[in-house]
Amino acid sequence: MTRRRIHATAGVALLLLCTGAAAQAAPDAQARQLAATCSACHGTNGHSVGGTPVLAGLNRAHFIKQMKDFKSGARPATVMHRHANGYSDAEIEKMADYFAAQKR
Amino acid sequence: MAFQRRDFLKLAAAGIGAAALGACAAPAGKRKAHVVVVGGGFGGATTAKYIRMWGPDIEVTLIERNPNFISCPFSNLVIGGSKTMADITHNYDALRSKYGVNIVQAEVTGINPGKRTVTTSNGVVSYDRLVLSPGIDFMYDTLPMLASAEAQEQVPHSWKAGPQTVILRKQLEAMKNGGVYVLSIPKAPYRCPPGPYERACQVAYYLKTTKPRSKVIILDANPEVTSKKGLFMKVWAEMYPGIVEYKPNNAALHVDVATRTIKSEFEKIKADVLNVVPPQKAGTVAALAGVVNVDNRWCAVDFTSYESKAQKNIHVIGDAISAPLPKSGHMANQTGKIAAGAIVALVNGDPVYANPKFANTCYSFVDNKQAVNVAGVFAYDPEKKTMVGIKESSGVSNAPSEIEGGYAQAWASNIWNDVLK
Repeated sequence: MTRRRIHATAGVALLLLCTGAAAQAAPDAQARQLAATCSACHGTNGHSVGGTPVLAGLNRAHFIKQMKDFKSGARPATVMHRHANGYSDAEIEKMADYFAAQKR
Repeated sequence: MAFQRRDFLKLAAAGIGAAALGACAAPAGKRKAHVVVVGGGFGGATTAKYIRMWGPDIEVTLIERNPNFISCPFSNLVIGGSKTMADITHNYDALRSKYGVNIVQAEVTGINPGKRTVTTSNGVVSYDRLVLSPGIDFMYDTLPMLASAEAQEQVPHSWKAGPQTVILRKQLEAMKNGGVYVLSIPKAPYRCPPGPYERACQVAYYLKTTKPRSKVIILDANPEVTSKKGLFMKVWAEMYPGIVEYKPNNAALHVDVATRTIKSEFEKIKADVLNVVPPQKAGTVAALAGVVNVDNRWCAVDFTSYESKAQKNIHVIGDAISAPLPKSGHMANQTGKIAAGAIVALVNGDPVYANPKFANTCYSFVDNKQAVNVAGVFAYDPEKKTMVGIKESSGVSNAPSEIEGGYAQAWASNIWNDVLK
């Protein structure tokens, strides 16, 4: 490869990088921060290392149902009923979206 | 870990120049923003990791004086004999290898907010933004006889996990059957509200199973048990009758170090093992930065970014802040993530997330297997500009259980991993 071609290639790569960065939407800060509250007990991005359920890659509807059941008491719990009571349905849906999008 | 000269050369390179320019505006002159985090506990290590995760273009340096992370949560179980120091000690390797955090083992000796520099025992480093996670230090003005390292070997606080944890454990092992252990608790706020009461349970468990004629006397400066009151009072009455004696409104007034004698307003007790937890303030690093502005003890922050109200470009998280939040490792982890998100947004020119919300979860062991929890969700109130506990979400366990002991173990494994791995 000639020196000139390397420069050209680098130029294209940089251009693509910039276009990509500009086109990329800012991350959903609320979803990310809400999900990060869970990760203390359920692992970073929901990848639990044991003793608590893995949330990464969890089916969205399943996540929402569990949280609603914790809230209503339909699913008994030692601590999750209180956590669930602290979040609105909209917030729970945001968490569900975030975890469903994580690779298991 | 030896301090590496090349680390500081790298830091110096990162610190040169003014504010970062946009990548596409000036691709040749682009300099990475540099965030320095002081303190590698639950708060600082979390912040360093999450900034690198969410803002991979930001350079992050974590300055910590100790070679390893030693967890305060679970250190009471080392004192009680059911865990070892190895169980609560973790390294910083993954922060370096997996997340690309520069780890620097050094003592911070000065901070210049105007020049944006941190002076350490091993050189000077520049920052664009500084995060302080200094934890707590002790106030010895009322108990000056406990200020020296020698005094703390004889009368340990064991309120920072590490050598102090081992000292207390060894003293308890050496204590005779029929001996008296006295625990002195300072007035709130202090690090880990239920921590002293869990400690009393752990010592009582050890003594009940090995030296059953011994006593645990709690001298509490507070008018009542400050956390999980009903649960702890029941545990002491039912699991440790004749061993645990609880005496509220008994702040330590004087300690005779040589004879391990403590004087409070209503008591004078000669102990066989004397464990005095002194009153606390933000770790001394906070004072070096000029961010201590509440009662000469704590740091006021903006709860959306954790930026100091006293100094620009300096963020404070964890136990050191003045907040209606418990001073817990879990809260340090949570405030660290809000700070990390805000710092990434500020560096990238994005809006800072305006409505932070997070949860606290705290387990206390009442013996070697059973635990209880206190938990709750806190939300930012934009009118009051503070964090407010959500009533329906807060509360404690009904009773101690082995199931919760298992969850407490899971909590520890997962939070240590979330902080460090």
